[in-house]
Amino acid sequence: MTDANPVIEAIRQAFPEAVLDVQFFRDEATLVLSPLHLVRVARFLHDEPTLAFNLLKDITAVDYMPQGQSPRFAVVYHIYSFPYGYTLRLVVRVGEGEAVPSVVPIWPGANWYEREVYDMFGIRFAGHPDLRRILMPEDTAGYPLRKDFPLGDTPVDHGVEPRH
Amino acid sequence: MSQTETMILNMGPQHPSTHGVLRLVLELDGERVVDVRPDIGFLHSGIEKTGENRTYRQVLPYTDRMDYVSAHTHNLGYVLAVEKLLGIEAPARAQYIRVIMAELSRLAAHLIYWGTSALDLAGVSGVVLMYCFNEREKILNLFEASAGSRMTPSYFRIGGLAADLPEGWVEEARGFIRQLPRELDRMERILTRNPVFMDRTVGIGKLSAADALAYGITGPSLRATGVRYDVRKVMPYSGYDQFDFEVPTQTAGDVYARYLVRVAEMRQSIRIIEQALSRLPGGPINVGDRKIVLPPRAELDTSMEALIHQFKLITEGFHPPVGQVWQTVEASKGELGYYLVSDGGPRPYRFRVRAPSFAAVQVLPLLCRGHMLADVVAIIGSLDLVMGEVDR
Repeated sequence: MTDANPVIEAIRQAFPEAVLDVQFFRDEATLVLSPLHLVRVARFLHDEPTLAFNLLKDITAVDYMPQGQSPRFAVVYHIYSFPYGYTLRLVVRVGEGEAVPSVVPIWPGANWYEREVYDMFGIRFAGHPDLRRILMPEDTAGYPLRKDFPLGDTPVDHGVEPRH
Repeated sequence: MSQTETMILNMGPQHPSTHGVLRLVLELDGERVVDVRPDIGFLHSGIEKTGENRTYRQVLPYTDRMDYVSAHTHNLGYVLAVEKLLGIEAPARAQYIRVIMAELSRLAAHLIYWGTSALDLAGVSGVVLMYCFNEREKILNLFEASAGSRMTPSYFRIGGLAADLPEGWVEEARGFIRQLPRELDRMERILTRNPVFMDRTVGIGKLSAADALAYGITGPSLRATGVRYDVRKVMPYSGYDQFDFEVPTQTAGDVYARYLVRVAEMRQSIRIIEQALSRLPGGPINVGDRKIVLPPRAELDTSMEALIHQFKLITEGFHPPVGQVWQTVEASKGELGYYLVSDGGPRPYRFRVRAPSFAAVQVLPLLCRGHMLADVVAIIGSLDLVMGEVDR
């Protein structure tokens, strides 16, 4: 796997205030960004011809509530650059009730991924064209992948009253 | 007639050509498709949530259930992700056997795609389905012999394999691989230059390379647009860099191009399996670490230590270091990604699956607009969707 350092250096130089933290684990780089600068950094990574991170592979989130972390959630982006042959992980921390700016204008494919994060975690994306639930029914109460959502024990609505 | 009123037609979730429980709300102007709104989630079973409440070893069988037509590839992605988290690598023999199984799975999955597409589109040429299922049956028999299960093998383990190959398996696999090209030729003779099939597929559901990348389309559908991107080449895993194979591409990006890419890919899979079988190394099939891999059953009768290891692994599991990893493999449908977050506990803190079919469903409206209603069937088939991994 190629070295991520030149990419990180380029971002640091262009947006010195955007990068909050850089972590390395098993040769994978994680860039923690401030939500305020997410769209600008993403636009830069996508448009800059030497970087060209034009393949968005995934958007998901992690709920850190049981660990008592604040802000509660991390929204995680995996993006890929063909010239670098490198998958970069961007992380944006966000609290409950706060919104993350949508990256749909940069990667149109983000549309459904952001809908899934909203569906599963209740994180809103500001500027998303069609933020609705995607996997769960519209009238679901709560957000299943939050750590305080119970596993099982939720009554199933069969649409008819049980006959006793 | 100046009045143009569109009609809303519901297709699915129970419809034979949606290959699963995909629901499409079609807006039609006569027979022409104005817009498509896919509705997914009918097969949602909370696999990610479940995975976060099972030990790392217990998660493995859930990964089969997402893509039940090429389950080994899903198993492979998961075990590689956990191995990356642990910082271990399976022994060479295990890696080779994993490659053989993954490529056999790709063949099985592409055979399903091939047969069902033929049946959907070309009427009587649907006889190809029978040939495809005939060949796939032989692959499933090989899986049954090695894993004990045909469609949900869970044959790989974190750190290696569940068991070594049974006696005579390699010869049987070699025999199958030797006769397969002849069978593929026979199927190709029926379909590849078939005028009915070509009328239904050439120029239908065109996808440009730029759109494919913008929507995160990977796998054969991306390569059919001319982008030579294959995870096995770009980020080799499980020893794929030791094999000599090509990445077939096409440029048209239509249903027919996707068909040609998959057919060409099957012949490359045959090449990989041939090489792996002939160079199959000996040696252990598991890493030696008893904190990760179960001790052999026979040792439990004589060794107290083995018994303790067995007990600890089954009841508690192992504790990977704190961290997060992203591991992708080239599945039959595209790039399959696993994202694991560990908090140091015995269960994944976050278990995330990036399914290639999920991205493919999102691009359906783009491909279908302006085509005839009957073409929607061709386009769905050409994306080779598996709803198990879309909905998870």
